[in-house]
This record gives sequence, C-alpha cells and structure tokens, in this order.
Amino acid sequence: MSDHKSASGHTSEPASRQTPAHISEHISSVGSSVAIWLALLAGTGITVAAAFIDLGPFNTVVALTIATIKATLVVLFFMHVKYTHEKLTGLVVLSAIFWLFILLALSMADYTTRLWR
Amino acid sequence: MHTSQAALDEHAHENPALLHHFATEEQQKNAASLGMWVFLAQEVMFFGGMFCAYLVYRYKYFADFGSASQQLDIKLGAINTVVLICSSLTVVLAVRAAQLGKRMALVFWLLATIFLGLVFLGIKADEYAEKFEKHHVPGASFSYHELLPSQEKLPEAERQYADPHHAEMYFSLYFAMTGMHALHMVIGVGLFGFLAYMAWRGKYTPAYYTPIENAGLYWHFVDIVWIYLFPLLYLIDRHR
Amino acid sequence: MATAVVADTGERENYLNAGHGPKSWLLTVDHKRIALLYLISITFFFFIGGFFALLIRLELLTPAGDLVQSDTYNKLFTMHGQVMVFFFLVPAVPAVLGNFLIPLMIGAKDLAFPRINLLSWYLFIIGGLLMIFTILSGGVDTGWTFYTPLSTEFLKTNVVSAAIGIFFAGFSSILTGLNFIVTIHRMRAPGMTWNRLPLFVWAHYATSIIQVLGTPVVAIALVLVVLERLFHLGIFNPLLGGDPLLFQHLFWFYSHPAVYIMILPGMGIISEIVCCFSRKRIFGYKAMALAVLGIAVIGFLVWAHHMFVAGISVYAALIFSLLSYLVAVPSAIKVFNWTATIYKGSVTYQTPMLYAFGFVGLFTIGGLTGLFLASLGVDVHVHDTYFIIAHFHYIMVGGMVMAYLGGMHFWWPKISGRMYPEGWGKLAALVVFIGFNLTFFPQFILGYMGMPRRYHSYPPEFQILNVLSTAGATILAVGYLLPMVYFMWSMRYGKPAPPNPWNAAGLEWQTHSPPPTFNFDEDPVVTWEAYNYDEMGEIPEKPEKEEVPVAH
Repeated sequence: MSDHKSASGHTSEPASRQTPAHISEHISSVGSSVAIWLALLAGTGITVAAAFIDLGPFNTVVALTIATIKATLVVLFFMHVKYTHEKLTGLVVLSAIFWLFILLALSMADYTTRLWR
Repeated sequence: MHTSQAALDEHAHENPALLHHFATEEQQKNAASLGMWVFLAQEVMFFGGMFCAYLVYRYKYFADFGSASQQLDIKLGAINTVVLICSSLTVVLAVRAAQLGKRMALVFWLLATIFLGLVFLGIKADEYAEKFEKHHVPGASFSYHELLPSQEKLPEAERQYADPHHAEMYFSLYFAMTGMHALHMVIGVGLFGFLAYMAWRGKYTPAYYTPIENAGLYWHFVDIVWIYLFPLLYLIDRHR
Repeated sequence: MATAVVADTGERENYLNAGHGPKSWLLTVDHKRIALLYLISITFFFFIGGFFALLIRLELLTPAGDLVQSDTYNKLFTMHGQVMVFFFLVPAVPAVLGNFLIPLMIGAKDLAFPRINLLSWYLFIIGGLLMIFTILSGGVDTGWTFYTPLSTEFLKTNVVSAAIGIFFAGFSSILTGLNFIVTIHRMRAPGMTWNRLPLFVWAHYATSIIQVLGTPVVAIALVLVVLERLFHLGIFNPLLGGDPLLFQHLFWFYSHPAVYIMILPGMGIISEIVCCFSRKRIFGYKAMALAVLGIAVIGFLVWAHHMFVAGISVYAALIFSLLSYLVAVPSAIKVFNWTATIYKGSVTYQTPMLYAFGFVGLFTIGGLTGLFLASLGVDVHVHDTYFIIAHFHYIMVGGMVMAYLGGMHFWWPKISGRMYPEGWGKLAALVVFIGFNLTFFPQFILGYMGMPRRYHSYPPEFQILNVLSTAGATILAVGYLLPMVYFMWSMRYGKPAPPNPWNAAGLEWQTHSPPPTFNFDEDPVVTWEAYNYDEMGEIPEKPEKEEVPVAH
C-alpha cells in the first residue's frame, strides 16, 4: 500500500473497499509516540529516584501521582482516547476508575475507622 | 427484501471481513472497540479486588510491608517497567503500520512486542526463582527473618524484626498480583503471536485492522497495571 | 414480501426449523437458539436447587434434626443457595429472555458478538459441570457465602471446585453483560432512539453494567479463596494476620449488586406486561429508565449492610445503613409508576398480568422488609434469622421468579410459535401465589421470634410455622411443575400463534412467531414512540391464525 496517505487516513482516490473514506482514524505520528515513550521513561526514573529520598508520608503520594500521570498518558495517547470522537469511550474509562474508587474508598471507610472510639 | 440467503449473498459482495449482522464496517468496528473497552473496565475491577486487599494490609502492616518490599530487586523491577513501556511503544507502532498498510512493518512491530513481553516474563521468572531460593514463597516452606526498615541504625540488641506472618501476607499478595499480571501477559503474547501470523498472511489492511487495535488496547492495559504494581510493590520505604 | 419456506414441509422458515441436528444447536450463533440452550440449562439447575430446597423443608418439618446430620444439612442449604443464585437466578432472565428479545426489541439481526454469546453459554456449562461434580463429590458446606476462614482453613469438602465453577459462571455473566451493553449502544435500528427503547431493554442495560463491573470482584475473591486453600496463604486467616472481613467486603461488593442483577430484568418484564394488559403507556417513562440506572449505581454503595454484625466499624455501619435506605427510593418509584399505569387502564387478567400483579405486591413486601433491615437496631435483632430468609425469598421468588414466569408466558407465543393453554396458566399462577405466601410468610414470624437460619433443629414452639412453610413449599412446587408440563404440551398441541397475539407494542411483535433466523423480513425503521397503546386496539379475543404459505 502507498506511503503517501495523509495523517487522517484519507487517500486521494475515491472510496474503495480497502479504504472507506468516511472512516477517519487518527494515525499517531512516530514523533508523538516517541515523545510519550520518553515521558513514560522519565516518569519511571523520577519515581525510582524519589523513592530513595525521605519524604515521609509523601513518598507514597509522589509515587502514585507519577504512576497516575503515566497511566493517563498511556490512556490518552497510546490508547487514542484523546483522539477518538466517541465520548462513550471516555465514559467507560471514567466509570471503571470511579467503580474501583467505590470499592477502595468504602472498604477503607471500614478499616480506617475500626479503632475509633 | 432480505431472506436469509439473499442477505448472505448481498454481504458477500462487500468486504469479506464484514460480519452478516452488521450493517456497515464502521458499525462493526465501533462495536468491537466498545466491546474491548467494556472488557477492560471489567479487568480494572478484577485487578481492583487484589489492589483492595493490598491496600487494606499495607494500611494495617505498613512497616512489615516495607521490610518485605526491600527484599525485592528494585533494579529488575525498574528494568521490567522500562521493558513494558517500550513494548507499549512497539504496539503503538504496530497499530500505525496496520493503519498505513505496511504489512512487514506490522509483523516486525508485533514480533518486537512479543520479544519484549518474553523478556519481561523471563526477568519475572528469575525474580520468582530468587524468592523461592530465599524461602519467601508463601506456604509450608516460608521463612522470614529480616529487620524492619532502618533498624540497622540501632544497636543490635534493640533492633526490631518484621513480623513473619505479615511479611508472608505481603508475599502472598506479591505473587497473586504479579502472577495474575504475568498470566495476562502470557495471554497477550499468545494473542500477538496469532496476530503476527495473520498479519504475515496479509489479513490486515487499512480498512480492517480492528484485531490489532483491540489487542493493543489490551496490552496497554496490562502495561498500566504494572505501572501501578511497580511503585506499590517495589518502592515502599526505600529511603530507609 | 417473500418469506423463506422450508422445502420439505412447506412451513415458513424460522429459527427453530432452520437447520437440524445437534451441531446446528451446539454450534449456533443465533441469539434465539442460544436463549433456548440457556432455557434448558437453567431449568435443569432450577430442578437441582429445588431438590435441595425440598430436602431442607422436609428436615424442618420436625424440631429435631432427624432427617439428616448437621453437616449434611449444611451442605443442603449451601448447594441450594449456590445453585439457585449462580446457576438459576443470575442467568435466568438475561440469558433466556434478554438474549432472545433484545435484538428483536431494538430491530437488530443479532447481538453485537454472536460467537461470544455462544462462548458465554459454554462457560456457563463448564461452571455447571464443575458444580455438579462438586455435588457428586459430596457437596460443599460453606454456606453460599463461602465465608473465610471456615471455607479456607477448616472444611474438608470440595470448596475449590465449587469456587471455580462459580468463577466460570461469573465470566459467562460478564460476557453476556458486555454483549448487551455493546448491542444496545451500537445495534439499534434507525429511529430506535434511547427514548423509544422498551423498558425491558433499559433494565437489561442497567443489569449489564452491574454484571460487568461487579462480577470481577467476586471472581477475584474466589480466586484468592482457592489460592489460600491450595497454598495455605494467610490472606483471610486471622492467625496469620489476615482479616476474614476482607473476604466479606470483596464477596458482598458483588453479591449485593448481584441481587439487582437478579431483579432488574424482572422489573423490565413487569413494565412490558403491565403496559400491554392495561393498554396504556407506562406512567413516567423517563423516571422508570432513570430508576433502573439509579438502582444499578446506588446498589454498589450498600454492600456492607450484610456485615453489620460481622465486626465492621460502627461508623462504616452508619454510612452503609444510610446508603441502604437510599437505594429503596428508585425501587419505590418503580412500584408507584406501575400502579399509576394500571390505574384507569383497560385492565385484563391474562396469565402474564396475574404474575405481574403478584410481583408488584410481593416485591413491595420484600422491599419494605429490606428497609427494616437497613436499620441497624432491627438488623442486629433479626440478622441470621428466618426473617432475612423470608425477606430475600420474597424478592427473589415472589419477585424475580414470578416476573420470569410472567415473561415466559407473555413471550411464549413469540419464542415457540404456540399459545399456551390460558386456563392452566391462570391456575398455575394462582397455585404459585398461594404456595409462595404459605411457604415464606410464616418465615417472617419465625425469624422475628428468633429462629436462626442454617439450623436443622429448632425449639418445638416453632414447629407449626415450619409445617405451614413446608406445606406451602409443596404447593409451590406443583405450581412450578404445571407450566413446565403445559409449555412442553403446547410445543406440539398448542394453537399456532400469530405475530402479535396480545396486540402488544414493541418491535418483537412486528415479526413472525417464531421469528426467522435473522429476525425481520425487512430491516425495521422506527417512527413511533414506545408503548404507543393509544394508537392500538384491544387484545384480540381469539388470536388470528397467521397465513402459512404453501410450498409450490
């Protein structure tokens, strides 16, 4: 197949069985993918380095915050959520996170208050 | 207008990848995509149960968990994190190759992903073997006699040891969570192997590369699970 | 409009006669055939669960534990619960009626993923075989709740195979839910907007959300139980620093929403039946749709009300008690709206409507008693007594099973192409209603008076109520057997059904009974609102016979 397609996936030929013109999928550029990759590697490095610095209770916060940033980058860019026209995808992602949060938060509501008087 | 046979005949003239119960390729693609996302939501809750268990016991036994965490090799864990991040990149490049119709590039990036996945699993196996040698595998042969973090600064008589039961709890969760993650990686590697073969046979075109895209989503999810597992399991109290 | 005709018999081709032989059924991807595969499977498991119930009620005829030993009795109520919950109640409406009807109701040719639909059934069968193996190898005695550390440390029975069996059934359920969500989002016919969806579809959408997001948590809980049992980990073992309540949190995080998996589809059925037999549009369509979603969401926030006396903190108990009151609100809205729909409707009392009336009343009683249980003080008194058992059987049996039977009768003509005998239908509904109330109402009193659940012997002053309950159970069993007999009878001797014997609204009634394999002769385009009964006439007295084209 030709290399001369535009970033939006359209060809200059009329729509054929192989390339229906109405489908416009985002095609990631190599550059942006590598940029995200480097960001993820940097995040890993910072996480490891920060682990050896005493930040008290904030060690965990820093580590999980960086992890969340990395996960967000993967979801938005590598998994194309940023580029999709479908709002439903974002809703599914947010619902999953919210439901996990329900499980964790309400369970911990029990454990953290057990010794309260 | 549509008898069963006539319906099949009409669709045969269209893209052979279009299944009979869909009206258009776009509908089929959107359905497959939504299906994979809903499946991933389910996976979030599946792993989430174990994260809940981990959260509860880390809250209860923080110091003992810190001691146990320090028994893991942070270098290998970090290398594995890098390996998985690279494999996510190769997946992105594979999807791109499929979108551009580059068959050999697609096969190459799929094989690269498989290779990186196998590297991850190999390092994991090595870590597991080391845990086995040190008797840190929970069960009948478990034995743990290590200090709590930063106890070496104290004189010998005052040093406190970690509670071996709580350390065993940590390792139970370690093996359960990384084991489940590794199982998902094995499935992913197998899946990519199948897709690489089909790609080599020319099955995927810019008009139809849905399996590549959806397998990619699955792989990215497995990567995200590890992105959380690494700091939670390997990096507790490392500064001490 | 040409309809396909089966060559040798001249019958119109439909999903039942298109293809014969075991392979055409066991390898089918037709959602309607898969629905029938499920129908046979869940009916089989209903018999097994019912058999255990029979033994339980026989034992409880006398105060002494004289029919079986206490260990055996533990197995009886465990197997009754596990089989009924995971292999009958959870799949029954979604996998049978949902599978059959959702594509028809939205104007699609099939579900989004027909092969995954078949996979769902096979996963269910594998789980079922593991459960049968568990029963044959002596059964499990953990209680259907698998509480640790009893299930992980102390029992010699086959906990592992039971847990794995339920794990498979769980994944069957997850895939069904996934299939429904994608189908409802992506496969609606032109003009079938969200606001025109039948409430049956809305109910299954909400159910599917619960199936997808809740089931994985119990799946992982069971995995951890299996690992703990096999490798003697300490995750739930207090002696090793584990917390038995962690299992309960993970278990009930699913198992409470699971009860909404069981009831929401039933509520969807009731909405369809009530509208048809009152010849009226549902009162408050939007509220009804939002209510099922509300029940699905709030239902995830209340699970620890099963753990009030287990050792959770008082403060957590307060939170969960408050949230549990909240979940009653959308349920109550539904009951009000069904009532308002019936009010001043043109009501007739065919069998499905009798079951619908039964549902509304019995579900209300069950739901109200749930409110009593949400109150911490009351719950401390009646927890683990027969009050709880009566509460959930009112909802599950008085509610869900009645809705299921109502739905089976309502859509039987569509599914089988035959009418069931209406007289027998009404009789069976009456027998079920009487048998049900006689079985379970005494249990409210027993529980309040203090009879504990899961005990096979009890103080003699409780005997009379127990005898009444067992008598009711026998009557109930007759009520369940009757439809099984006359449904099968109708397959051969029942009147052939026209496309729309009830003159009901809904796309499923716009196609033949039984439908052709790809559901519709022409792809539907929807231009009318749901429940457009104001534009439709009355229910025909005698169903008109469909014209059967003769082979040339």
